[in-house]
Amino acid sequence: MARAVLSLPAKARHGEVIEIKTLIAHAMETGFRRTQLGEPIPRDIITRFVCTYNGDEIFRAELHPAIAANPLLAFTTVATESGTLEFKWSGDRGFSLTESATIAVE
Amino acid sequence: MGTTRREFLVLAGGLAGGLALAVTAEDACATPETMQEAIRKLVGNATIRPGRVRLDLPPLIDNGNAVPMTVTVESPMTATDHVKAIHVVTEKNPLPNVVSLYLGPRAGRARVSTRVRLADTQTVTAIAELSDGTFWSDSVPVVVVLSACLEEGLI
Repeated sequence: MARAVLSLPAKARHGEVIEIKTLIAHAMETGFRRTQLGEPIPRDIITRFVCTYNGDEIFRAELHPAIAANPLLAFTTVATESGTLEFKWSGDRGFSLTESATIAVE
Repeated sequence: MGTTRREFLVLAGGLAGGLALAVTAEDACATPETMQEAIRKLVGNATIRPGRVRLDLPPLIDNGNAVPMTVTVESPMTATDHVKAIHVVTEKNPLPNVVSLYLGPRAGRARVSTRVRLADTQTVTAIAELSDGTFWSDSVPVVVVLSACLEEGLI
């Protein structure tokens, strides 16, 4: 099954810009490949990624087949308050995965 | 008599070549025109000016299957002046769209990294939509040695 890796600081100063890196195991099958018998392999990709910070959306991405397998997304946010960041990936064939991380802001 | 090694190799070579051609011919490819269409769908009729955006891609890519890409936009990222969205499009991938990223003032910095697939030697374009309604872009030519799509045609 899909597995995700998150990388972000556990602690930050108020107002500091922190970098968040996310990586998820997914083949991102493009839908343009064929098997040796010539049959097309159906598309199976992650189409959407959303990051929320204490419930407020801070980053969203719409992915297309041109994103490499095991999608990596690295972005930034301002550490405003202690709380939870939630990461949600969704895609073809009902794919959905949610991960979360906590951050302490001083 | 069975097939000799030489005959087999010639046949196999021909077959592989034929299959590769079939894959090339069947795969609909984006063109600079379809890229323009895709851009219009994303940004409407707005004028896109070059500048403020920086698209970082290696100029020479050995393997198009996973190419590190970073987009940076010059912006103070305040509530009144920030980047709303960044779109990345290509000329010669099977589909023009690569990724659309939506940020806001809470991003702090307009800088996003990911890894993309590139099918051919081509120009990659990043377009940023700012909160004041202006659009800025950067285009980078890249040389791709091993294409992301054709090599995968046979598995």
